[in-house]
Formats: sequence, structure tokens, C-alpha cells
Amino acid sequence: MPNLRVDEKACTGCGVCLESCPFGALTLEGELARIGDKCNDCGACVSSCPSEALILERPKDRRPAVDLSSYKDVWIVVEYEKKGVSHVALELLGKGRELADKLGSRLAAVVLGESVSRLTDELFAHGADLAYIVEHPSLREYRTDPFVETAAHLVRKYKPEIVLMGATTTGRDFAGALATEIGTGLTADCTGLEIDAATRNLIQTRPAFGGNIMAQIVCKRHRPQMATVRPKVMELPSRRDGRKGQVVKDDVALNEESFMTKVLEFVQEEGMTVNLADANVIVSGGRGLQDPANFKVVEELARVLGGAVGASRAAVDAGWIPYPHQVGQTGKTVRPKLYIACGISGAIQHLAGMQTSDIIVAINKDPDAPIFKVAAYGIVADLFKVVPLLTEKFKKRLGR
Amino acid sequence: MHAIVCIKQVPETPSVGIDPKTNTLIREGIPSIINPFDLYAIEEALLMKDKFGGKVTVVTMGPPQAVEALKEALAMGCDETLFLCDKGFAGSDTWATSYALSKAIEAKAGPYNVIFCGKQAIDGDTAQVGPGVARRLGIPQLTYVCKVREVNLEAKRIVVERLLESGKEVVESKLPALITVVKDINKPRFKKLMGIRKATQAQIPALKPSDIGCEEDNTGLAGSPTEVVRIFTPEPRKGGQVIEGEPEEACDVLVQKLMEAKFL
Repeated sequence: MPNLRVDEKACTGCGVCLESCPFGALTLEGELARIGDKCNDCGACVSSCPSEALILERPKDRRPAVDLSSYKDVWIVVEYEKKGVSHVALELLGKGRELADKLGSRLAAVVLGESVSRLTDELFAHGADLAYIVEHPSLREYRTDPFVETAAHLVRKYKPEIVLMGATTTGRDFAGALATEIGTGLTADCTGLEIDAATRNLIQTRPAFGGNIMAQIVCKRHRPQMATVRPKVMELPSRRDGRKGQVVKDDVALNEESFMTKVLEFVQEEGMTVNLADANVIVSGGRGLQDPANFKVVEELARVLGGAVGASRAAVDAGWIPYPHQVGQTGKTVRPKLYIACGISGAIQHLAGMQTSDIIVAINKDPDAPIFKVAAYGIVADLFKVVPLLTEKFKKRLGR
Repeated sequence: MHAIVCIKQVPETPSVGIDPKTNTLIREGIPSIINPFDLYAIEEALLMKDKFGGKVTVVTMGPPQAVEALKEALAMGCDETLFLCDKGFAGSDTWATSYALSKAIEAKAGPYNVIFCGKQAIDGDTAQVGPGVARRLGIPQLTYVCKVREVNLEAKRIVVERLLESGKEVVESKLPALITVVKDINKPRFKKLMGIRKATQAQIPALKPSDIGCEEDNTGLAGSPTEVVRIFTPEPRKGGQVIEGEPEEACDVLVQKLMEAKFL
């Protein structure tokens, strides 16, 4: 039995709430909304009701409250690679700067690794006021336990108000463990972040149900407020070389013996770029390609555009292309500037993984294919004619 | 060998569920299914049972109808179930969910070698519950696993491949560990006749917070640090133009438009 209830006096039986329920748990019975077995108290319906007849009372949390005012500053946990600071970390410095300015607090970058001091100038140039650096041999490559142990130590010592990181595989692995370790709320894969001026709460907006619903989430009684943020959503801040900041080096006593995992090797994905999360351009192929060999048509266009190759579930399940390329509900969620769907019909599961791309182009023989409903530009034609033509034309225009 | 699988019942994404008039999702009568990623978790646990013998315990938390997900898991060949179903659990966020699941495992599951979860659920898409459970149980977490390379129960050692953005990371870990799996790892089996019979006969009691030693105010809405304050439907993305004409001309128009966008 859920906590949600219907105020029968206020309910007008309008039925608006039925549509808002992701679980199909609401029905109308004799002019009144009825809450069914499927309800799990998610609260999606509450704000949909025009007459405020749906009530979800939060039972009072009687645990001792955290002193919120002792938490200050906005932190970005920085991912990096050999080349330098990751793109999403720079994006977060941009957003973090904006949040810190609103709160009148400092923006700090947190970098953990074996030898990472070289990165600080880059972080200051992109808006950080200070950088917390911890260097230790156990932090050479990312592993959950030493990284979480170190970060938890920093959080307990310096008490940030907000902690953000990229919603990458590493970011999500880390954030889920860190939030549990320090006992605070965490919101996954946010696409919007703003400060509620009255309460200083961070309003975290995120898609759920494959982007069919947007939820705004707050963490009122716990600090820090933690969120992972979807890459490529926040704007890259402009770079100001020579901008200075403060470096805070901290030590943590890590005991390698106590860590239960060891990274044996990293196998780079073979062949062309598969890193869909970083790609500005993705060219995807689906069932319309008819044969695995035909993926080369898609690859060729991706290569000319400097993009990555994606695929629909149908193409992956048929064994035409490996799973790491799959875009959609059971694959990856991507947000490139340009997404070109070739021979993909556009099932809702596929759309869930790519519909927030900036520009969607669809090439499909079937004029009724649902992909055209989300495509900024569509060409109804045989992809085997159109895609090679596009490759040729872009080659000329881009001089590649 | 004892493997535990944490699963979630989710609404199936409707394949043709858009109301053409209002352009909103049709939700009535949506079937509930086991979260697709969790099917791979179940299969991976069953593969371990096939190899080493032993049993598989499947755990879920949800409204009364979520018992169906457990029955389906039994029908696939799982042996035991733990069903967290009570008003006190309802409305849990990922923090409270991982708390409840870990308490249930500690209180009721007995010793185990490995816990499997799907990498994330397709409704909430958070990928946070698996890491939360591992942390609370004090065992290592291995997320986004696409292959189990080696398992040695005596030596309490496992080697897995993790599917990351730019490649695969090979990690060795001590057992017990919690593993979250991606789709590529296996092909889930169908329900077995024997299993279906077992599932039909299964008596699955609902556990409440006090049954599994949950501290007061740590579960459900009260125990959840995060709170949903507003839900809205995003503006449906509008389709743009279909570029008419012969492929040659259509391509010229498209190339021109995309070049104007300046990011190429």
C-alpha cells in the first residue's frame, strides 16, 4: 500500500493524473482517481493535478539533522586522461563557476591520482579558484575503493556544499559509492542544475523513463548535495590562460593491502572510434543496412565527418556490429551535435538514447518511419544512394 | 556456490505508445517486466550455478505486483527469493533502496560468493543502487561488466572485463564482490517448464523493514535524502523538414544546412 492518497473532496475526476503516472497505476472510478497496486510512491502525479488532490506526505525524518551551514564551496571531481582534463570536467567547471557565484562561494577542483599536479593550470584557466590534490601510488588508475576512501576523507575534512562529476562510467561508479559512504543524496545523470536562492538548495533536473519525463530533485537535509551530470549538456567555459588559483595538497593514508581489486590491463577498442560519449558527430546504422558488410558505408561517412559509428539494437542483435556501438535504452545514451540515422526506423527505445542530440538527420526509405518525427532534416530515399553521396560531398567541402 | 541477484520490476517501454492526438505516452495497461539489464544478471548467476552447483537467490523491492518478477526469475531457474514489499519501503530513493537491499541480504540471504545486478534500470536510469549495496556490505564493486573471465571460488578470486567508454578494462577482484552487468555479457535463457511449476507453487512472503533489521526512518520516503519536487513532460521534439527532390539535390541541400551549423 502506497503513501500516496487522493483527497476525494478535491478530486474532480478530470483524469490528468492518469497520463502522468509512469507505471499506469492510476485509474478513474466513479469520477475519482484511484490508486492501484502498481503505485510505488514516485510522486510523478502530484504536480500534475490541477486541483492538488493527490497527496504524498513524506513521513517525518526523525534522525538528527545535519548542520547545513557548515558546508561551503562547490566541488568538481575531475576526470582526466593522458591528454589532460576530460571534456566533461571542463564543462562542469563552467557550470560550477555559475553555481559558486550564485552561492557566493568558491569553486574547487578535486584531482586524485599518482601524479596530477600538472593539471592545475588547466583547471584554474577554466574557472577553478582552488584545487585539492591528492597524489598516491594507489591512485594511479581509477579504482572504486581507494578513490572513494580518499574523496570521503576530503569531503569530511573540507565539507563542500555541492559535489559534481561527469555521468561517465567512472563518474557513476565513483559517485554511487561515495554518496553511500558519506551518507548523502545523489542524483544521476542531470541535464540541468540551478540554485534555489531562498534555500540554497541545488535543483537538479534529470530525464527518466528514457527522457519521456523530466524530474526535478532536491536534497534538503543532507550535505553535500551530489550529482552526476550528463556529458555534452553544459557549455564549455572560455579559457583564461594565466588565471591563478590556490593549490591544496592533502595526504591520505592509503593501504594498498586493504584494496580488493587490481586493474590488470586496459584493452583499447579496436578499429575506428567507438567513444560515442565524446563524439560530436555520430553516424548510426540500423536494420536498413541489410548486411554487416554495408556498415562500411556508415563508417566512411563517420570518418569524413570525424565522428563515431553508432547502431540500432536491431543491427547489434543481428551481430552486424559489436555492442559498444549500440545507442538506445539497452545501449548508450548519446548527445552529439549531429546524429545521422541511416536505415533506422526510430523505435522509442532507440529515441531514448539519442533524442537530445542537437541536430538529428534521418535517412530512410520509409516515409512513415517514426525517426522522421524527431529529425530536423530527413531524406526519404535509399540510404545506399544517399549516404555515399553525402560522404563525397562532405569530402569536397571539408577538404578531407 | 551462492549467487544473489538484485532485480527490479519496471514498466515496459511502449513500442507504439504515443497518443497521436495529444502526442503523449499512453500508459494504461502497460505490462510490467523484469528490467532488461537484470535478465542478464540472472543469467550470469545461473551460469555460475550451472558450473559450480549451489543456488541463486533473487531479491527485489517493490509494490505487491513485483512478486511477478520474482516468479519469473524462479521460472528461469533461480532457487530462492527475498521480497521487500511494505508501505515503509515505498518511495525509496537510491540511498534508501540500497540500504534496504543490503539489510535484506545481511539478514536473510546467508553467506554468498557474488551479487549480480543489472547496470541500471530502464525507468530510473541511475546505476546507483548496485554501488550503494556493495558499499554498505563492504564488498568490492565491479560495474559495467561485459565478461566474466575467470572465477575461482576456493581462492576467492574473480577476473572480469568492464566495458568503459573507450575500451575494456580487465580487473581482478577478491570475492565476494558485487557485479553490475551490461547487455553484451550473455543471452538470457527462457523459462523452464520445471521452473514455471515451481514459480506457480512458490509462497513468497512480503518482508517489512522490521523483518530485516532496518533502523527506523532509514527506508522509504523518510529515509530518502533526495526528494522529487516536480515532474514535467519535456516538449516533444518536433520533426523538421523532409528535404524533397532527387538524392543528388537533397544531399546538396542537407550538406549546405549542416555546413551552416558550423561545427563540422
